[in-house]
Amino acid sequence: MTTKEYESYYVPAQSKWPIVGAIALFLIAVGAGNYVANLNNPDSSGGGWVLLAGIALIIYMMFGWFNNVITESMSGKYSHQMDNSFRQGMSWFIFSEVMFFAAFFGALLYARTFAVPWLGGAGNNAATGAILWPEFTATWPLVKTPDGTETTAMGWYGLPLINTILLLTSSITAHLAHVALEQEKRGLLKFWLGLTVLLGCVFLYCQGLEYAHGYADEMKLYLDSGIYGNTFYLLTGFHGMHVTLGTIMLLVMLIRVFKGHFTPKNHFAFQAASWYWHFVDVVWVLLFVFVYII
Amino acid sequence: MTSNVINEQSTQDAHDDGHHDHKMTGLKRWLYTTNHKDIGSMYLWFSFIMFLTGGVMALVIRAELFQPGLQIVEPDFFNQMTTVHGLIMVFGAIMPAFTGLANWMLPMMVGAPDMALPRLNNWSFWILPFAFAILLSTFFLESGAPNFGWTFYAPLSTTYSNGSTAFFVFAVHIMGISSIMGAINIVVTIMNMRAPGMTYMKMPLFVWTFFITAYLLIAVMPVLAGTVTMVLTDTYFGTSFFDAAGGGDPVMFQHIFWFFGHPEVYIMILPAFGIVSTTIPAFSRKKLFGYSSMVYATASIAFLSFIVWAHHMFTTGMPLFGELFFMYCTMLIAVPTGVKVFNWAATMWRGAISFETPMLFSIAFVILFTIGGFSGLMLAMTPVDFQYHDTYFVVAHFHYVLVTGALFSIFAGAYYWLPKWTGYMYNDTLSKWHFWCSLVSVNLLFFPMHFLGLAGMPRRIPDYALQFADFNKWVSIGGFAFGLSQLIFLVLVIKCIKGGKKAEAKPWDGAEGLEWTVPSPAPYHTFETPPKID
Repeated sequence: MTTKEYESYYVPAQSKWPIVGAIALFLIAVGAGNYVANLNNPDSSGGGWVLLAGIALIIYMMFGWFNNVITESMSGKYSHQMDNSFRQGMSWFIFSEVMFFAAFFGALLYARTFAVPWLGGAGNNAATGAILWPEFTATWPLVKTPDGTETTAMGWYGLPLINTILLLTSSITAHLAHVALEQEKRGLLKFWLGLTVLLGCVFLYCQGLEYAHGYADEMKLYLDSGIYGNTFYLLTGFHGMHVTLGTIMLLVMLIRVFKGHFTPKNHFAFQAASWYWHFVDVVWVLLFVFVYII
Repeated sequence: MTSNVINEQSTQDAHDDGHHDHKMTGLKRWLYTTNHKDIGSMYLWFSFIMFLTGGVMALVIRAELFQPGLQIVEPDFFNQMTTVHGLIMVFGAIMPAFTGLANWMLPMMVGAPDMALPRLNNWSFWILPFAFAILLSTFFLESGAPNFGWTFYAPLSTTYSNGSTAFFVFAVHIMGISSIMGAINIVVTIMNMRAPGMTYMKMPLFVWTFFITAYLLIAVMPVLAGTVTMVLTDTYFGTSFFDAAGGGDPVMFQHIFWFFGHPEVYIMILPAFGIVSTTIPAFSRKKLFGYSSMVYATASIAFLSFIVWAHHMFTTGMPLFGELFFMYCTMLIAVPTGVKVFNWAATMWRGAISFETPMLFSIAFVILFTIGGFSGLMLAMTPVDFQYHDTYFVVAHFHYVLVTGALFSIFAGAYYWLPKWTGYMYNDTLSKWHFWCSLVSVNLLFFPMHFLGLAGMPRRIPDYALQFADFNKWVSIGGFAFGLSQLIFLVLVIKCIKGGKKAEAKPWDGAEGLEWTVPSPAPYHTFETPPKID
C-alpha cells in the first residue's frame, strides 16, 4: 500500500447516531426484560411498548447512520483502505454470528451424544436411569421426555426439503446478481437480486407453514416439548430471524440498485449483504443435516 | 431518503472541512465523539467508576465476613453482592479498562489517524453504561438483583432464580455486543491501519496481545450470548436445555458456559502481558528479551484456552478420559506462560533498572501473577482439585491473577501513559503511597485465603465455622485497606489532569514506540500522515 492511501483515510466527524443507537438498545433491553419477566402477568403490558419504541428508534438510527455512510461513500470520501476496513469488519461480524450458532449446535450435539443417552443409563450412568426415571428409553428424536411429555418429530422431506432447495437456489441467484453487477448488466442484476429476495420471502412463508404444522394437534411439537422441541425451535427460529434480516438487507440493496447505486468496483454494501446471505444459507444446510435428517 | 441525503451532505461537508480541528464542547463532545482518545478516556473513567462500585460490594462481603455469624446482611443479599461484584469487576472494570487502553494507545502505536471504524467505536462504548444501569437497577426490584453467582449455573439461574433474570440476560447481551464490536474494531485497526513498513513482527507486543485478545472476544462472546439466551428460555418459556426432566442436562450449562468462560479468563490477562512487556523493557533500558517467542507464547495460550474449559468442572463429573484430557491440556498452559515469565526476568537481567511507579507495579505483577499461576497449576490437578474446588483457595487463585495480575498491569499502564494523556507528570509521592499501600493490603487480603481454602472454608457463604475467624478478620482488614488505597489513585489522577510538572514528549528515557514521538499531551488527532517505519 502506498503512503498516499493512508493520508486519505476518512475519519468521520462527530455523529449523533451511535448515542441514538445506544438509547435504542437500552429501550429494547428494558422493554424486552419487562415483557419477559411479566409474561404471566396480564396487567403489566408496558414492556411491550418500550420494546417497540426501542425497535422503532433503532430503525431510525439505521436509516440515519447508513444514510451518512452512503452519502460519504458516493461523494468519493472513502479510499480503498476504508473499503478494506468495512470488508474486514463485516467478515469478523459474520464470524461472531457463526460462533453464536455454534453455541446452539453445541447444545444439540451435547444433548444427543451425552445427555439423553446418559439419562437412559449409558456409560457408567446405569443408576441414573434406574433410580430417576426407570421407564425412560433414550431415543433421538426424543419424542417422550423423562417426565413424560410426548411429541412428534419433524420429518426432513416435504417443507424442509423444499426450503433447502429454495435457500440453495437463492444463494446461486445472489451470486448471479453479483456477477451481473460486476459486468455492469443492470437489468440482469435487478432480475437476479429480485428473485433472491422473493426466494427468501417464500422460504419464510414455508417456515411459517411448518411451524403452524408443528403446533397443530396432530404433531404437538411445541417450543417446550423437551430437548427435541427446544433445539428444533431455537435453531430454526434464530435461523429464521437471520433469514428475515438477510432478506431485509437484500431488499434494501434492491431499492438502492433501482436508485442507481453501486458500480462494478464500488459495492461494499451489496457484497456484505450477499456474504450474509451465503452465511445464512450454509447455516441452513447444517441445520437440515443435524436437525432434520440425522 | 433522497431529500435527507442532500441535507446530510451539506452538513457533512461543513463537518469535513474543519473536522481535524473541530471539537464540540460540553456534553455533546462526549456523546457524539468519534475520537479514539475521547472514547478511550470514557472507557477508562467508566471502568474506574465500576471498579469502585464493585469494590463497595466486595467491602459489604468482607464486612459480613469480618466475624462468624450473620451481622450485617441477609444471606440472599450476600449472594446478590458476590454475584454482582463478580459481573461488574469482569465486564465493567477489567474488560473496559483494557478496551480503554487499546483505544488510547493502539492507533498511536501503529501510526494510524484513529480507530478503523470510529462511529462504531463510540457505539461500543455508549451501550456499556446502559447495560450496567440495567444490571444495577435490579437491586430496586422487589426480588432483588441476581443471586446465583457470576457464573449463573443452571438450575440456580433458571428454576430457582428470582425475578431479575430477564434483566440480567438482556444486560449481558448488551455487554456482549459492546465487546464484540469493540474487538472487531481492534482487529480491523491492527490489520488494516498499520503505518507503511510496520510488519506484523515489528508491532509492539502490546499491539500483538490486544490483537489476539480481540480474536478471543469475537470467538467466545457470542457463545455467552447463546448461553444466556438458553437460560432465558429455560426460565420463562418452558424449555429444558438445562433440565434433565425434559431431556436436557444442567452439566451442559457448565460446558457451554466455560467454553466461553475460560477464554474469557485470558481475555483479562493477555492484555496485561502486553502492558508489562512494554513497561519492563522501558525501565530496564533493554529490548524485550525474546520478542518473537512472546508472540508465539501469546498465540499458544490463546489456542490452548479453547481446550481446557472443563478444568472448572472436575467435581461436576465427566468421563475419566475427559478429566485426564482437560488436566493435561491445562498443565500445558504453564509452558507458554513460563516462557513469558522467564522472558520478563531475562529482560530485567543486567538491565539498568530504575523503580518508577509503573515499574514497581510491573515487578509486583510478575511476582504476584506467578503466584496466581502456580495456584492455578495446583488447581489443574484433578485429584487435588477435588479438595480445593469451591473453596477460598479458588477465590485466592483468581484474585491473585485478576487483581495483582490484570488490575496491577492496568495501574502500571496508567502510570506509564498518564504523562502522554494529560501532558503532566503524576505526583510521584502519592503514586508511591498508592503502590506500597496496595501491595501490602492486597497480600493481606488475598494470601490468607489460600490457607482458609486449604482448611476447607467454602466460597460464596455469609457465615463460617469458628476456626476460620482469625484469618477472616485479617482478610477483611486487608480488604478495607486495599479499597481505601485506591482512593489515593483517584486523587492522583485528578491532580494529574489539573496540572503538575510539564511532561516531555518522552518522559521515560528507556521508552520505545511511536506514541513517544508525538508531544505530551498527545494532540487530538495524531498521525494524519503516517510515520515511516524502517
